[in-house]
Amino acid sequence: METVGTTDLIELEGVEKVFDVRKKTGFLRRERHQVRAVDGISFTVPRGEMVGYIGPNGAGKSTTIKMLTGILTPSGGRLRVAGIVPSRERTRLAQRIGVVFGQRTTLWWDLPLIDSYRLVHRMYRIPDARFRENLDRCVELLELGALLDVPVRQLSLGQRMRGDIAAALLHDPEVLYLDEPTIGLDVISKAKVRGFLRDLNTQSGTTVLLTTHDLTDIEQLCERVMVIDHGRLMYDGPLAGLHEVGESERTLVVDLERELPPMEIESARVVKVEGPRQWLAFPAAQSAAPLVARIAARYPMADLSVREPDIEAVIAKMYAEKATS
Amino acid sequence: MADLTKTRAGQAGQPGRAGPPGQEGTGRLAQVRSGLRAYRLISAMWIRSLMAYRLSFVMSALGNFAVTAFDFAAILLMFSQVDRLGGYALAEVAFLYGASCTAFGLADLALGSMDRLGRRVRDGTLDTLLVRPAPVLAQVAADRFGLHRLGRLTQGALVLTYALVVLDIDWAPLKVLMVPLMLVSGAGIFAAVFMAGAAFQFVAQDAAEVQNAFTYGGTTLLQYPPTVFAKDLVRGVTFVLPLAFVNWLPALYVLGRPYPLDLPVWTAFAPPPVAVACLALAGLAWRAGLRSYRSTGS
Repeated sequence: METVGTTDLIELEGVEKVFDVRKKTGFLRRERHQVRAVDGISFTVPRGEMVGYIGPNGAGKSTTIKMLTGILTPSGGRLRVAGIVPSRERTRLAQRIGVVFGQRTTLWWDLPLIDSYRLVHRMYRIPDARFRENLDRCVELLELGALLDVPVRQLSLGQRMRGDIAAALLHDPEVLYLDEPTIGLDVISKAKVRGFLRDLNTQSGTTVLLTTHDLTDIEQLCERVMVIDHGRLMYDGPLAGLHEVGESERTLVVDLERELPPMEIESARVVKVEGPRQWLAFPAAQSAAPLVARIAARYPMADLSVREPDIEAVIAKMYAEKATS
Repeated sequence: MADLTKTRAGQAGQPGRAGPPGQEGTGRLAQVRSGLRAYRLISAMWIRSLMAYRLSFVMSALGNFAVTAFDFAAILLMFSQVDRLGGYALAEVAFLYGASCTAFGLADLALGSMDRLGRRVRDGTLDTLLVRPAPVLAQVAADRFGLHRLGRLTQGALVLTYALVVLDIDWAPLKVLMVPLMLVSGAGIFAAVFMAGAAFQFVAQDAAEVQNAFTYGGTTLLQYPPTVFAKDLVRGVTFVLPLAFVNWLPALYVLGRPYPLDLPVWTAFAPPPVAVACLALAGLAWRAGLRSYRSTGS
């Protein structure tokens, strides 16, 4: 069952993870019940792709990542990364993957940044020339030059995150897992991290799986997005398609020449009125042109603009629909 | 990273093979080697981290020395009132004390920070160790490697040296051999207790104190001759948690003293196999603990 020649670097087939949770119900009494953190997930990620993996807290994102890195053993299903079963050959897999936990640094707090890299160098047995080449590249692209001799505890959050990303890439991993890589960063730091990841993916062909709460990360980096909720994959496809699935709406902002009562237009509804300005919601899949024409024919229009739907809202809507259905 | 795609293509063609050259396979021996290597690398990092705060390091090493020295001061104080303790003279008690302290000091230096595992399990930072290409046991053992623990070891070694100088022993070759054997096996037994305690913390994350009761408590117990304790307690630390093999049985052989519980004399030579057995059991416990972590998460 080797995956020789296939281009799929990550393969999941009906992967499950069931936790036994014991709840204290009395002084010594405990009730046991099972939680299906991941409930039959299947997907593949081809080499060189950059995928966003999103979902609300407790949806099963981290559990999936932990299974993909070999930290957790799946309760069922088939799972392979680079042809390796993670839970069975954890240390061998470790040589071929890079992991960045956004909230837990792997850098050495009291030592200069460069020391952490030297440890990676030796622990991963990276050939000297390769190490120097990779380090130089990371230092240049992540702007770490001035930070190498600074103890990690003195770095800002953004600097540390960049430092962590570099540490995860020195051994040339084929897959990079990023768990909330931009959490807590300021706008400039976020932009730097995103820029670097984009270059990494396009130039080195590193496969990237990214979990995030910041949808801008996804919008700017990922062609493909997977949405997970309650341990199930709810959506897997291009970012644009998410709107259709979520039945999202675009907004037409119309400035009229004077204040008027809410307009009455078919296939669109007024959601907000503020003086002469009115907001109309219409299905995202529908073209705006005929709608504009209809409005122009019946109302004195001064100006207009179209707003694309917010993915956050789309996903929230998707969750809400799932919950009520 | 520039010529990355080339190497990858190579790797993709033969995914069944082990990684880069020089990397060990999955054999037991290779695993031990890779573990020791990781231990060395990580403990060296902690030593360097400690050196970032030199003064603090010196203070804690001195403190570590002083705290244990108080233990011996207490014994000296007792001997200012009595000539014998449980039938043992000061030099003999010093021998037991020094042996216990040195053996424990070695294990404590090597694995003393394993009781932090519970915290790593609780806050999830154990995960960062699990994604590295090295055995977790070695990484946890080297975690927060504390060179200041040399204080305890030094103190034990000093008392042991004092006892060896003062004691009037008829040194036969076997007795000479017994001393290093005792220290190494004793360290092994304590190391097993540290490991088993850490393994227990996979299940009960706040059990560091339970572990300390056996490690620090155990070494304090062994600093006194077995004759001062109740028989049941001596039985317990012989047959259940075999701490008696750390120093009592081999030391009594060196001192030419009668054995507790009417044990045969050959038990003096049991510490090495006992240590190996304890380490093997602790290893199994560790594996079970790690497996439960990896299948339940936290």
